[in-house]
Amino acid sequence: MIGRSLAIARTELLIALRNRWLFLATLIMLLFALALTFAGSAPTGTLGVDRLTVAVASMTTLSVYLAPLLALMMSFDSIAGEADRGSLSLLLSYPAGRGEILGGKFVAHLAALAFAIFVGFGAAGTVAGITDGVSSESVLALLRLIGTSILLGGVFLAFGYMLSALAGSPAAAAGLSAAVWLVFVVLFDLGLLGAVVMDSGGYFTQHVFPWVLAANPADAFRLWNVAASPDVALATGMAGAAAGLPNWVAPASLCFWPLAGFVLARAAFRRLEP
Amino acid sequence: MTEILSIKNASKMRGKQLALDGVSLALAPGERVALLGHNGAGKSTLMKLVLGLTPLSNGHISVAGAAPGTNAARLATAFLPEAVSFHKSLTGRDQLSLFARLAGVGTAPVVGLLERVGLADAADRKIGTYSKGMRQRLGLAQVLLGKPALALLDEPTSGLDPISRLELYAIIDELAEQGTAVLVASHALTEVEARTDRIAILRKGRLVADDTLASLSQRAGLPTKLRIRARNGQADRIAADTGGRRINGASVELSCAPERKMAALRRFAAMADAVEDIEMTPPRLEDLYRHYAQEDGA
Repeated sequence: MIGRSLAIARTELLIALRNRWLFLATLIMLLFALALTFAGSAPTGTLGVDRLTVAVASMTTLSVYLAPLLALMMSFDSIAGEADRGSLSLLLSYPAGRGEILGGKFVAHLAALAFAIFVGFGAAGTVAGITDGVSSESVLALLRLIGTSILLGGVFLAFGYMLSALAGSPAAAAGLSAAVWLVFVVLFDLGLLGAVVMDSGGYFTQHVFPWVLAANPADAFRLWNVAASPDVALATGMAGAAAGLPNWVAPASLCFWPLAGFVLARAAFRRLEP
Repeated sequence: MTEILSIKNASKMRGKQLALDGVSLALAPGERVALLGHNGAGKSTLMKLVLGLTPLSNGHISVAGAAPGTNAARLATAFLPEAVSFHKSLTGRDQLSLFARLAGVGTAPVVGLLERVGLADAADRKIGTYSKGMRQRLGLAQVLLGKPALALLDEPTSGLDPISRLELYAIIDELAEQGTAVLVASHALTEVEARTDRIAILRKGRLVADDTLASLSQRAGLPTKLRIRARNGQADRIAADTGGRRINGASVELSCAPERKMAALRRFAAMADAVEDIEMTPPRLEDLYRHYAQEDGA
């Protein structure tokens, strides 16, 4: 029933407010986004695009690291922590299904994350727009960045729940989360880079590499933002990989992963015996 | 008699080991039953089975006529886990409101229940600042939500001070009066002795006793202890006469089977010259527990 999910969501939002998580996450987003907007304003002249476009390009790079990190920090404790405190068996003795519990947590965490992303990127975008003017295209790029960042956060929220259900203790869940972040955000790209260098422009680089790249939600996020806006592509230098794929691939991947992640998380939670 | 909780021949495998072996137990409305047993005897496993948190390997359990873990069974059941804790950023009121919403009774009873368990002043303080006893009482408050048909309390007195323990048993009585069947797993034998209607004892996954205290002690045939204080210097003689044991200069202790108790008392009462006083200790739950829970063999 939707009411029970909402009761869970409401409590999770209270927790995010009370332990200042929402405040700190918003502050982190805001500071990084503003810093990048101003630091990244130097190349506008040489590239011939407005400041907002460059800011969006910089913030895209930032968001790939920050959105998954914040999402995992929020979600890794949510099941393992309850199990550790002994409150999970109590929660499960109430008439709320595991899917309902997970759904409630997901809605609340996603809302908190969306708020932080919207305020951070929105404020930075506004500042860039005011100081250098905007075009309809750069505003669209900013909105796309905000939307895709929230989706990317949703993917890693779901991954966090899954790890939290599998780990058995909050400490193990934290460790697994750090590992997953490292693999998806850093190592995956490094591995692909190595493969491309070895292959030196062969079949793999031209036909396989873009698909493998798009299969990773973090890279799908990058590709979507880049492919949709030639100016952003110019500023980030990812035009090459984006050109090798049909336009729908990256959005499809990024929309697929939050759902798949949630299904996986629910399956992991089902297996858990508190 | 309608049964709220009916456990029939329930078994549970944990790996290759049998954690519960053919346990049958039934609770009627308003009945208070103590579930005793060593650590690892299967008390928590039994509770988890009743809550539907873990599947049965064999047998049948029904809670208010429904299978464990179904919404109907969960609505009928209240549970207090052992040493429960809650998110430290929430207040007592937040936490109890969540449970009230999940139970579908709305947040109206929350204030009254917090008052009932003595947390009215701490209702808006964060749970992180609560003592262990306060957390336990918050856990108890959620048991009272929505008049459950069955209450499962796992070590409810752990961490409570003596006054809070008395209050806890008053609350258990209240639950029983409103018709809730209460199953209390406990180590505090002296407390449950006076406060429950029936005693069930688990040993290594098997139910070795399930009866009233009086019937159990009759069946066990445990001896009553007599302590006889002798008049000056006669202790040795009494000890020699009765086969008792000298425990200090002036007293003799002997155990006496239930059917021989009255005869022995009459005999000692007649020895006015040698006996100054007789103290009698009937077998207590602790002795019974030791008898049933440590008995060897199948």
